Amino acid sequence: MDQILLLDAAERYLRGEMNDQERASFEDLRKTNPDVDQFVVEHHFFTEELNRYATVKRFKANLYDVHHTLKETGDISDIKPAEKGRIVQFWKKYRRTVAVAASIAGVTALLISGLTLFFSPKAPIRDIEELRRKVNKLEVRTNSQDVQLNDVKKKIDPNASVTFGGTSFLVDPKGYLLTSAHVVANASQVFVQNVKGQDYRAMIVYADKKRDLAILKIDDADFRPLSSLPYGFKKSSTDLSEPVFTLGFPKDEIVYGEGYLSALTGMKGDTMSSQITISANPGNSGGPVLNRNGEVIGILNARQTTAEDVVFAIKSKHILKSIQELKDADTAVNIKVPATSSIRGMERVQQVKKIEDCVYMVKVVL
Amino acid sequence: MSKYYKEAELLKSLAKNEKSAIDAIYRDNYKLIQQLIINNNGTEDDARDIFQETLIVLYQKAKSDSFELNCQIKTYVYSVARRLWLKRLQSNRRFETPVDNIEEMVQVEEDVEVHEKLDRQYGIMRSALGKIGEPCKSLLEAFYIHNKNMQDISSFFGYTNSDNAKNQKYKCLMRLKKLFFAQYKNGN
Repeated sequence: MDQILLLDAAERYLRGEMNDQERASFEDLRKTNPDVDQFVVEHHFFTEELNRYATVKRFKANLYDVHHTLKETGDISDIKPAEKGRIVQFWKKYRRTVAVAASIAGVTALLISGLTLFFSPKAPIRDIEELRRKVNKLEVRTNSQDVQLNDVKKKIDPNASVTFGGTSFLVDPKGYLLTSAHVVANASQVFVQNVKGQDYRAMIVYADKKRDLAILKIDDADFRPLSSLPYGFKKSSTDLSEPVFTLGFPKDEIVYGEGYLSALTGMKGDTMSSQITISANPGNSGGPVLNRNGEVIGILNARQTTAEDVVFAIKSKHILKSIQELKDADTAVNIKVPATSSIRGMERVQQVKKIEDCVYMVKVVL
Repeated sequence: MSKYYKEAELLKSLAKNEKSAIDAIYRDNYKLIQQLIINNNGTEDDARDIFQETLIVLYQKAKSDSFELNCQIKTYVYSVARRLWLKRLQSNRRFETPVDNIEEMVQVEEDVEVHEKLDRQYGIMRSALGKIGEPCKSLLEAFYIHNKNMQDISSFFGYTNSDNAKNQKYKCLMRLKKLFFAQYKNGN
């Protein structure tokens, strides 16, 4: 029997669209022809499977929605792990013993120090005073050093001497930032500023001029490392026409841009980069290019002056290669590049909220 | 309204994939599971994943014909989530027995095993549908999932007549089946 006709018949049979006569003859056919029977059973199983897939998919979408709404309204929020139960239990059990032991120790210490004071020869008072003055002098000196340090700090900060650079983003939550090498070229000092406007001092750890990449390390006591990064780095290549977005600092605040991957190679067939159609301005250099799953697929580095909205991005594969080369060359550098994105499946607004904390403005002092 | 009756109603609407039911169960249970995961070496993302997987288990159970829940939803959810998390910790070799009171638990081993099997099939179907490409994917979804008839489909997809559309649908279906069963039989 023609396979298409058989499929048609099986489908009408399974959906209950046959009349009694058709139905009876089809059931006869199933009994006499095991191949037909097998086909019907298999098809039934398969369509059930397909339907179950569709319902579970819808259910998952609803789960995501509810999770995000509840998170936005604040009905659920992130929590910190509780203290380890064992220590608390230990304290509860033994606190009375500890209190008794501590008071005995205290009384003994007082007694001994009293006795020592009583029996020991009196030290010349002058010596002690001199010593104290020396300490005072030292204190004065450190204070004045502090003042000087503050002065130095103030001297480097004013924006007048800062020539505005570009964008960078974290590759490791410990404070390693990635940017374009041309952004920090010839820099004597580098500062980065987060989206909240806080400035941090940074140093250039590595510059890969060949790939136009540079790694910065935030070297500032005020910097608090993050626990993890929301995005991951894509290892495989990206498909043509895939929608992408970027965050950067073409002006003094963070700017979001949307576009698509328009060619797999860069300027004049350069295979290290890909071409993206997105609106970008000077200052976007060094910004991350992400796909809808929140995976970094590249870093913006140049735009074509002869065409509108055509920019080029170094592919993530080459970023990873460059970082690997750095790690091979210098074992003291401990960069762990995240491979998976934790913001997959979220709405864009949520994704950007998480990513913007990891994007920094680069300010360069020449 | 007794609590038992309320929960039965809630599960009925969950089986119909109603957002209000998901919302109610989320509000009642998320914090408990979040605490369980976070206090046992998990992250926020782990908590979300495990909780959502647990709700899928509950959803599958609520949909099945032989459905019967003889404990509170909270107890069931907690037991399933704990089981799932334990399995994940074991597979990641971060094993450490979660500290909790066992008497509040129910037996969920069987449900979790059923879920794992279904979850595997879900993954196979997803990857098979991802591989057949367009317009095959939309064509098959329109017919088998949205239950559109062949006339509508052939006009929507621009086929000159429904025989052409049937022909195309047959080819697409055979490819999808081939992809699906190749992986499905591989694992069994």
